[in-house]
Order: sequence, then C-alpha cells, then structure tokens
Amino acid sequence: MSDDDPDLPAGVARRDFGDGPALATRGESVYGEPTGDGWRRWDPHRSKLGATIEKGLDTGLSADASVLYLGAANGTTVSHVADVAGPTYAVEFAPRSARDLLGVCDTRSNLFPLLKDARKPETYAHVVEADLDVLVQDVATRGQARVAVENARFLADDGRLVLAVKARSEDVTAAPEAVFDEALADLREAYDVLARTPLEPYHDDHLAVVATPR
Amino acid sequence: MTEQTPAGDAGWFAGVERDDTDAAAAAIREGRADAPADWPERALDAGFAADADDYYDALHEATVAATRRAVREAESADDRQLVHAIRAMDDLASTTNELAERVAEWGGTLDDEPGTGVAYARDLAARDPETAAEERVVSLAARVVALADERDAEREFLERTVSTVAPNLASMAGPVLAARLIELAGGLESLAKMPSGTVQVLGAEDALFAHLRGNAPSPKHGVIYTHEYVRGTHPDERGSAARALAGKLTIGARIDHYAGDYRPEVEAELDERIETIRARRDDGGAK
Repeated sequence: MSDDDPDLPAGVARRDFGDGPALATRGESVYGEPTGDGWRRWDPHRSKLGATIEKGLDTGLSADASVLYLGAANGTTVSHVADVAGPTYAVEFAPRSARDLLGVCDTRSNLFPLLKDARKPETYAHVVEADLDVLVQDVATRGQARVAVENARFLADDGRLVLAVKARSEDVTAAPEAVFDEALADLREAYDVLARTPLEPYHDDHLAVVATPR
Repeated sequence: MTEQTPAGDAGWFAGVERDDTDAAAAAIREGRADAPADWPERALDAGFAADADDYYDALHEATVAATRRAVREAESADDRQLVHAIRAMDDLASTTNELAERVAEWGGTLDDEPGTGVAYARDLAARDPETAAEERVVSLAARVVALADERDAEREFLERTVSTVAPNLASMAGPVLAARLIELAGGLESLAKMPSGTVQVLGAEDALFAHLRGNAPSPKHGVIYTHEYVRGTHPDERGSAARALAGKLTIGARIDHYAGDYRPEVEAELDERIETIRARRDDGGAK
C-alpha cells in the first residue's frame, strides 16, 4: 500500500487511515489530520493542490524540488508540500493566517514564511531564489492570472506553475467558464498551459491549471 | 568575500552578520529586489554561510523572526480597533435605549397595545402609518431598529476581532469583558504589563481612590464583576474569586501579547481554582 505509486510525486503515497486509501505525506501533524506510521493524511477537500494531484495532473512536485507557494494561508497545504519538497517559500498576506503558518514552520526547517503581498514580487525577490522548480498559487484575489504572470520570474525555464483559479474571486456573477477562459488568456502572456481540470467534486467552481513558462 | 553587489540588486543577507537575527529579520521585511537571483550561492560566495544547509538554517530563522514580528505588529494595531468598536457599541446601546423609551412613550398615546423597548420599536416600524403623527412614530421606530442592528453588528465585529487579537483573554473572560479590559487598560500591551491587582480593580477607579483617600474599604473587583466566576460566587468568597480570575486574565493577556497562541491549560487552571474557592464556602457552610 505504501509502495511507490507511479502517478504520485515521490514522498506522496496512498495510505489507509481507516476509510480506504487516501493521499498522505510524512511529517509532523498540523491540523488534527489522521496519522499513522509517521504518515499523515492530505485531504483533497481541504487542499486544492491535494485535489489537483488526486485529479491526476502532474504538478512537478518531487523530492528536493524548490517551491514558491503563494497564498499559504494557515499552512495546511504548504505543510504537505514542505514534507515532500526541498526549500519551500510560503507567501501569505494576512497576519492572522501567518500566525498559524508560523506554527507549521516550527517543525519544518525547509519552510520559509513571508508576510508579503503576492501581487508585489519585488518585495520578496531579495529572499526567494531564482530558477525554482514549482510555483504553487492559491490566492483568492481578483486578477489571479496576473499574479501568476508577475511571479513567473521566479521559475526555472522548465519549472511548473500549479494554479487554482477560483471563479468567485474574479466575478461572483459571471459564469465560471467565462472567468476561466479569461484567466487562461491572461496566463498565456507568460506561460504555456500543459493541463487543466475542474476541481469538482473537491472544490466547486475552481479550475486547476498546470503551466510552464514560455 | 569582497565582491559587493550593487544596491537594489542585493540579497537579504547583504551587510548582515550570520548570527544577527534582528538585522536579518529587518532585511527580510524591508528589503526589495527587482529580480530574484541564486541567493544561496551568492551567500556562500559572500562568506555569509558555510554551506547550503547553513544558509537555509539562517534563512529559516530570519524569515520566522521577521514574520513573527510583522504578525505581532499588525495584530497589536488591531487592539485599537477593538477600543473604538466597544466605545461605539456603548454609545449605540445608550442611544438606542433612550430613543426606544421615547418611541414607547409616544407610541403608547397612539397605540391600543403599547409595549416597551427595542422589540416594541421593531413591531411599530413594521406597521403602516395612517396619520401624520403615526408616520413620525413609525419612522422614529425604524431609526431605533437600525441603531439596534448596528449595535449588534458592532458586537459581532468585536467578538470576531477579540478572539483573534487576544484568544486566551477572550476565551476566559468572554469577548465583551475582554474588549472592555483592553479598553480600560488602553490597549493589549498595557494590559499585559499591568500587575494583576490593577486588573482586578480596573473600572472601579472611583472606589479605589475613595479607598486611597482613606475613607472606604478597598474595592474587591472592577468590571470583572460581570464575569460569572465573580458574580456567581458567594459574597464572602468573591474577593478570592476576583483575585484568582484577575490573575489568570493577566496571564492570558501576557500570552496573547507576547506569544499569541491559544493555551487551553490556563483556562483549565482557572476553572479548577474557582471550583476550589467555591468548595471552601460549601465546606464552611456545612460546619
């Protein structure tokens, strides 16, 4: 059961926590998630990146990958990323969320919290290194594609953007498809889109996009 | 080691000693660069760190320290918002009550079944006026309802904010008393720096100064009287209960200000202590 699953990034496995196989990573428990044998469950309902992996998209996440995570919030998802990857930079804008994020960082020396605005990469470019392998973005703000374009400067040429577009953050009244089309058009300014999928049933009105800098 | 990077193109570690976490945290917070670079390698070239692991350790310490400080500053600014919110809530409450009384008095002259308070105003506001006078009363009642709703909204905001700003204090004192203590102290930081004897009599300044002038007993409690643990304890033991409560609230305020995490064990200790104090009275009564 814990054997390497070829479809999953190294460090991520399917484990049984009592109700069938579920995604899991190895690390200190963070938010009361089920644990066993040093593994802890990665709930795709609580994590858009988890849902993206569950949907079978290749996120480029791997052992020792260097990662920039925009919109780290309370650190739920980024804790799993740091379990798997190498240097992980976690940008979050809200002080209250960042406080919880600090707790996650206590047990993960490869996780670097930054209380910064993801729309202003020049305020953290003196800290975050260049040529990163993965850029994960989950910010609930208008202009999500814009943010991804602005932050393309951190990615290596063969790096991956893993983006969750939240339709309701852009326009609550528009049809999600229209919002997604517009976001994809904006994204193509700096990226080639490799894959995309809606995140149902885990998250409504969210589109996961994997792209690489063009 | 001697290579100097031009300003605006420097990493966070430029000009920072490896062990100076304060300076590193400041550089993380205030620095900027147009483009990222291979900072780990540059830091090794500049002699900042011994190897990659050492660099990332330093980066971890610096980013955690910088974020912790920024979070604390942002959240201590929020306690000013609390002070305004609780004062607005008090003003709204007294204005609402005064106008509700006026509505009841006026409405009683026009209505066969007059009532009292905001509930009556709510009732009146929903009616269709028939005369010019009724029109005024109904309109006034509608204002009272709007003020009451605003008061409730302030309270909701207060409850949400106080459990963010001061989670330990809020969970022990309840959101309104927590906000009131912060208001009386003049901020969470001042509250955290107060001795618990002062916290115990916050809001009882008149009684305290009467005592200091020498013509009154010392007050046993200030606003913390509104807490169930004081009010619900037998008068003979209220002083002890107030002292115990004030002590734990002070500890809570200090954790909130200096650490910020929620620690349920402090509250558990308080529950236990109050139980002991109340049991003392029960034993005494049995003798």
